[in-house]
Amino acid sequence: MADLLHVDGLDAAYGRIRALEGVSLRVPDGALVALIGANGAGKTTLLRTVSGVQPAAGGRVRFAGNDITRWSSQQRVKAGLAQVPEGRQVFGPLSIEDNLRLGGWLRTEAERTAGLERVWALFPVLAEKRALPAGTLSGGQQQMLAIGRALLSKPRLLLLDEPSMGLSPKLAAEVLATVRALRDDGISVLLVEQNAAAALALADHAYVLEAGRIVLEGPGAQLRADPQVQAAYLGL
Amino acid sequence: MLSEFLQFLFAGVTSGSIYALAALGFAIIFNASGVINFAQGEFIMLGGMVSVALAAAGLPLPFAVVASVLVSVVVGIGVEKGAIEPARRAETVTLIIITIGASILIQGLAQVIFGKGQHALQPFSGDTPILVGGASLLPQSLWVLGVSAIVVAALWGFFNRTLAGKAMLAVSYNRLGAQLVGIEPRRVWLVAFGLSGGLGAVAGALSAPITMTSYDAGLMLGLKGFVAATLGGLGNGLGAVVGGLLLGVAEAMTAGYVSSAYKDAVPFVLILLVLVFLPRGLLGARSADRV
Ligand SMILES: Nc1ncnc2c1ncn2[C@@H]1O[C@H](COP(=O)(O)OP(=O)(O)OP(=O)(O)O)[C@@H](O)[C@H]1O
Ligand SMILES: [Mg+2]
Repeated sequence: MADLLHVDGLDAAYGRIRALEGVSLRVPDGALVALIGANGAGKTTLLRTVSGVQPAAGGRVRFAGNDITRWSSQQRVKAGLAQVPEGRQVFGPLSIEDNLRLGGWLRTEAERTAGLERVWALFPVLAEKRALPAGTLSGGQQQMLAIGRALLSKPRLLLLDEPSMGLSPKLAAEVLATVRALRDDGISVLLVEQNAAAALALADHAYVLEAGRIVLEGPGAQLRADPQVQAAYLGL
Repeated sequence: MLSEFLQFLFAGVTSGSIYALAALGFAIIFNASGVINFAQGEFIMLGGMVSVALAAAGLPLPFAVVASVLVSVVVGIGVEKGAIEPARRAETVTLIIITIGASILIQGLAQVIFGKGQHALQPFSGDTPILVGGASLLPQSLWVLGVSAIVVAALWGFFNRTLAGKAMLAVSYNRLGAQLVGIEPRRVWLVAFGLSGGLGAVAGALSAPITMTSYDAGLMLGLKGFVAATLGGLGNGLGAVVGGLLLGVAEAMTAGYVSSAYKDAVPFVLILLVLVFLPRGLLGARSADRV
């Protein structure tokens, strides 16, 4: 399978603080790849750099055959990269439907309409509440909205930053089931999770990030059986 | 008695509409960028002075007014491109100081180009007063009220009924969220400055036949627009309109029933009261997480 995303030797920094050092990873077309790591490992920074809301200090990002390292975030969304950010970042005072439509800001009206139908089918609870301000939703519903908003941009690759954070175990499982369904639908996924057990169970391939460096990688099942991973991330 | 009250009310609502347009200019830029644009008053001045100059040069009045609005839109975009954008990563406070610099520059250029005199623009449709309930209303006041109402309605429609308007709001509600769906905050800032430039010029051209105008008219009008915006809750569109009208009427009533000597003190008293008792404005600021 060809690589849809290829991150190669990526560096990122906040002033003098180096957050990523020579990170390389691949997301094959159609795969669900997980990235796990402790607090402050640099997972969010990696997704921000891939989305283009934060500049890379070094290295390259290739997407669908193009070197997108210097592309604006807008160009990347247009090319099919969408991020569901940490903390959801929905537009609280705007209605749920408006939040979703804005997800399709770079698409045509017909594409937005089709996208809305898809999200209503995926998350019926959002359809019921479509006219309400996004800020009135519960945490789990806001997570659905954030995923829906990303879907409206017709992504080829979805970057998910801790989608189960702050959710009850039941809701978290639902959200992760949705993520798997999206992968089965043909959308490639790069999933960042602190819930390592769930993420590894789901992933075709996984990477472990520690203090800004990739320290381990392999098929999800293989990492789950790795004694180091079990001790550090699975609490076994 | 009643006629006297009506007379003051007409005056207040007329100047209040002007303040409301100025306040909306502040609100739009504040929402998009968190910046309080102290060059807003200069856009108002440009509306009046460019109209006066072009009309004096022989251009028919409607063309002169439209041209003044276009000039001000271009100046607004120029301020953003030339002064704000290069410093866009700087702190908000720095950007606000930059707008003060831009304001001084525009005013200086206006003084060189237009001179120091006071000018009156010719009223749009004569100056025969209309009698209403014993009070007289200038036709120009009707222009002010009518055009302001249309502008406010158009803005309301833009921000509530179009995806582009909502995209601008999205940047103010959540910058990161907006960037991640492909909205470019820089474009939004540019549109906000252009829009505010146009709004200011409309206010300036409408009021020039009533109040006279000069190269330095922007200072006081800008200040009053800022007070009106703060009164209503900075960043709140409806608040800007309410704040503007309230300020205009309060001024006119003070001038009528107390003394016109105190008229210009009204905005300062009101802003002190608001800052002390309602720090988020009458209708509450929309984006309390800003600044
Ligand atoms: N805005 C910032 N300014 C300075 N340092 C930052 C900033 N954001 C993150 N960092 C630092 O960069 C490093 C990586 O942070 P990042 O948020 O990418 O980690 P993370 O793996 O997503 O953590 P978490 O699991 O807590 O979300 C951390 O050391 C963090 O303190
Ligand atoms: Mg994070």
